[in-house]
Amino acid sequence: MGGALTVARRELAGYFATPVAYVFIVIFLIMSGALTFTLGNFFDRGTADLQPFFGFVPWLFLFLVPALTMRLWAEERRLGTIELLLTLPITQGQAVLGKFLAAWAFCAIALLLTFPLVLTVNYLGNPDNGVIATGYAGCLLVAGTYLAVGAAISALTKNQVIAFVLAVAVCFLFAAAGSPVVTEFLSTRMPALAEIARGLSITDRLNGFSRGVVTLRDLVFFASFIGFWLFANAVAVDHRKAD
Amino acid sequence: MSALIEIDRLTKRFGSFTAVDDVSFAVARGEVLGFLGPNGAGKSTTMKMLAGFVTPSSGTARICGEDVVDRPVAAKRHLGYLPEGAPTYPEMTVAGFLAFVARVRGFRGSEASDRIAHAMRLTTLEGVRLQPIETLSKGFKRRVGLAQALLHDPPVLVLDEPTDGLDPNQKHEVRRLIAQMAPSKAIIISTHILEEVSAICSRAIIIAHGQVLADSTPAELASRGPSLDAVFRDLTLPKEVA
Repeated sequence: MGGALTVARRELAGYFATPVAYVFIVIFLIMSGALTFTLGNFFDRGTADLQPFFGFVPWLFLFLVPALTMRLWAEERRLGTIELLLTLPITQGQAVLGKFLAAWAFCAIALLLTFPLVLTVNYLGNPDNGVIATGYAGCLLVAGTYLAVGAAISALTKNQVIAFVLAVAVCFLFAAAGSPVVTEFLSTRMPALAEIARGLSITDRLNGFSRGVVTLRDLVFFASFIGFWLFANAVAVDHRKAD
Repeated sequence: MSALIEIDRLTKRFGSFTAVDDVSFAVARGEVLGFLGPNGAGKSTTMKMLAGFVTPSSGTARICGEDVVDRPVAAKRHLGYLPEGAPTYPEMTVAGFLAFVARVRGFRGSEASDRIAHAMRLTTLEGVRLQPIETLSKGFKRRVGLAQALLHDPPVLVLDEPTDGLDPNQKHEVRRLIAQMAPSKAIIISTHILEEVSAICSRAIIIAHGQVLADSTPAELASRGPSLDAVFRDLTLPKEVA
């Protein structure tokens, strides 16, 4: 664990040493705020909660998180630093976990910086802050799943554009799997698949969190989903590291 | 303990191409082994397998008795490795980068700062300690890579082209440094510069097409022909069909 944390610290500092961090955070804050107030009808809804915000964040992450992960391993390969990193006395699992934790912590920072929204609803009304807290936890878990997917894909290719496009596509698959369009289509033609698609849907799981309902099933789902992709990441790094 | 580096029937195949073909040798403490060969001969692949970066197709290597395949982390603790091209994180400062390496290697507090200061002194990096690595010249970058490899004072050093891109003065400095460390370590360096081998190596291995063609002292190799250059060409160029 110590090795993973050391790698994570270096990675996180690396985000802030380049414009990546600032561009990501500024765009995320502008977009999430703008969408919440315009499309989300924040004021006209007449309820003091952050439902519209929690509705938009997963779709924003769908594009922003793969932008973060596309360079995760691809950049290490391009610079050749992957050879340095993997010949230090840490396991590949620690390197994979460290990179993931750093990116996740970075997403947490971006989410924390949306705190003015929380202050605003508290000023305007009497929201249920417990629901807001679980909503944020859900957003963070969604970020974690997209990160795990994106990082594993980044380990498979040297090309950052390919890593980005593939990560968006795969994340979209899991995000859209529970949407009415997909489930209705599947339930009329392939009922068996509809159940599976709904089960794998990330947005479905998030609905509970944004209503303040946290179930063990959902937590297990997110943990095993992230765990699976991190394992795939470690396997990909092991097989493709020297290519 | 006998040899600090043992390479045992190491083989690496990429598809049908055999990059390293059944290579075995050992390096003892006090030896500086010059690893010579044309481009694509398998030098770097052998060193990458020794460093645990490339997984061998068959055979193995041991560093201080630790198997690089079965016990990679233990083997890597005893190893200082300078990869080809001396890759480093460009956005980090020299001091920040070395602090990261020190942490990964398990040094904390004053021991870490002492080790970093010592490594910077050995490679004369003190003047640029707070500069981002990307702003440094090629020679400095190479020395940052070298400092990273020396930080934990490892018994085994594997340096892939340590003097590539350095000016003559810097080359001299690095050679002096290697010679100074030689008695207490087992060192492998790969190089294209044959005079370097005569200058600092106690032993030279010539490799081509993945196979060891010669393993001797530089002086003995040179005495096989008019010059070391000629012997190298003679061994590594494909024989003309008369």
